[in-house]
Amino acid sequence: MTALEERILNVIERNSRVGIQELAILLGTEEIEVANALKKMEEDGVICGYHTMIDWDKTGIEKVTAIIEVRVTPQRGQGFESVAERIYRYPEVDTVYLVSGGYDLMIILEGKTLKEVAGFVSSKLSTLDTVISTATHFILKKYKDHGTIMEKKVEDRREKVTA
Amino acid sequence: MEKKILSEKIVGIKPSGIRKFFDVVSEMPEAISLGVGEPDFDTPWHIRDEGIWSLEQGRTFYTSNSGLKELRQEIANYLHRKQGIDYDPIREILITVGGSEAIDLMFRAMVNEGDEVLIPQPSYVSYEPCAILADAKPVIIDLKEENEFRLTAQELEDAITERSKILVLPFPNNPTGSIMDRKDLEAVAEVIIKHDLYVLSDEIYAELTYSGEHVSIASLPGMQERTILVNGFSKAYAMTGWRLGYACGPAWIMDQMTKIHQFAIMCAPTTSQYAAVEALRNGDEDVAAMRESYNERRRFVVHTLREMGLPCFEPLGAFYVFPCIREFGMTSDEFATRLLQEEKVAIVPGTAFGDSGEGFLRISYAYSLENLKEALGRLRCFVEKLRA
Repeated sequence: MTALEERILNVIERNSRVGIQELAILLGTEEIEVANALKKMEEDGVICGYHTMIDWDKTGIEKVTAIIEVRVTPQRGQGFESVAERIYRYPEVDTVYLVSGGYDLMIILEGKTLKEVAGFVSSKLSTLDTVISTATHFILKKYKDHGTIMEKKVEDRREKVTA
Repeated sequence: MEKKILSEKIVGIKPSGIRKFFDVVSEMPEAISLGVGEPDFDTPWHIRDEGIWSLEQGRTFYTSNSGLKELRQEIANYLHRKQGIDYDPIREILITVGGSEAIDLMFRAMVNEGDEVLIPQPSYVSYEPCAILADAKPVIIDLKEENEFRLTAQELEDAITERSKILVLPFPNNPTGSIMDRKDLEAVAEVIIKHDLYVLSDEIYAELTYSGEHVSIASLPGMQERTILVNGFSKAYAMTGWRLGYACGPAWIMDQMTKIHQFAIMCAPTTSQYAAVEALRNGDEDVAAMRESYNERRRFVVHTLREMGLPCFEPLGAFYVFPCIREFGMTSDEFATRLLQEEKVAIVPGTAFGDSGEGFLRISYAYSLENLKEALGRLRCFVEKLRA
């Protein structure tokens, strides 16, 4: 990882819409340097996508998000890989992490309704042979996500002119 | 004889140009501003948290006059690690109410009536009035654009008389964004030593330089014993409202400054001092992140100004750009006033920082990129309208 690559990541992690031209200005370098670095990081899988943060609560469109703790039996020769793969192949599964602590996999799941999420857990997840137990936490409110505070609009509280 | 109720000295001092402009801007709540002299970041949470914790712990009493011992020790460590300068935290460091208080203290501690204080301008608004209040005669050195508003040895030499006593060295500079590197400082230090001057080195923007580390004049040979180094927490840690700064210098000067501080102020705010200990112990990463962010904006603003044909030298410190607007045949004041009225953008005229700021504007980039884009877009419209 070069210094320029790291600085590019720091900027676009906050705002992925900053274009190549503007990145070059902000970082004091040439557009071609930025373009090459971006391309390389995309190819290497360092940059995995350019998603948008959406607060669905403000849209009126129903969405339910749940965090599910899953305890599983690791498979011989495979560890957690095969069971994780079986789970992440479901499109409704947003995130799968292998974690340390009291359980093994942490899954983040998005569904339209509570019932839909519950249905997935009971009919698909829990029925996998390797799954020992699950605990589902429905998200009631997002205060902060990916470093962004959801509720408050940041306003400039400074005086307009100071020395 | 008529009795003069108010002090003639203070009545004779004109209010700062910032104040005047502020009054105009406050009539126009819809205006967007590039006019502030303070960071747009909130104080990092761990620093605020430490302030809150100190209150919860009931640390609500005076500290010693000079300030918390642990804070002075942290400042000594910081200056050692950053500048390679060693100060005795007990006798050579004083915690003040912002860097501003330290400026006032030094003048009052050292000036006898008629002593001359050399003040390079454009610079921060309070040196001249504070010098006058201390019965000094302020001697203005007009800095020049062709030198990127750095102070040259020749300019200093030319301003010196038998009464010259203190040189104010305000770098990195508000409002120009200019810095003085080691070479510049060495040239000036030679003149300072030759004429036995003392230096008020206002280094409040020391953490905000964009071409390598700031160099303090106090770190040059023979200079520490004739320098009062002023710094604080406002700019580096985004702590303007906490009002906390410090002065470091020879004990025999600090003793007198401490006396004034003791009688006028008592001690700097206790809560702020506890927060500042945390800032110095664990704040390096915050400072680095903010510096990087300012640097991005700085490049963006300089690029955009040049793109619209407004000449500006590359400012390497603080968070200001100082473009030249002479081509429009207006004073800075007229330009700023019309810009405000016609495009609703508040930018401070260079003359608020001294006559030599005529023909320039101080653009602050302590704003989000979105805000900068909007404001500079309006400035571009205005400039194109004037040229049409």
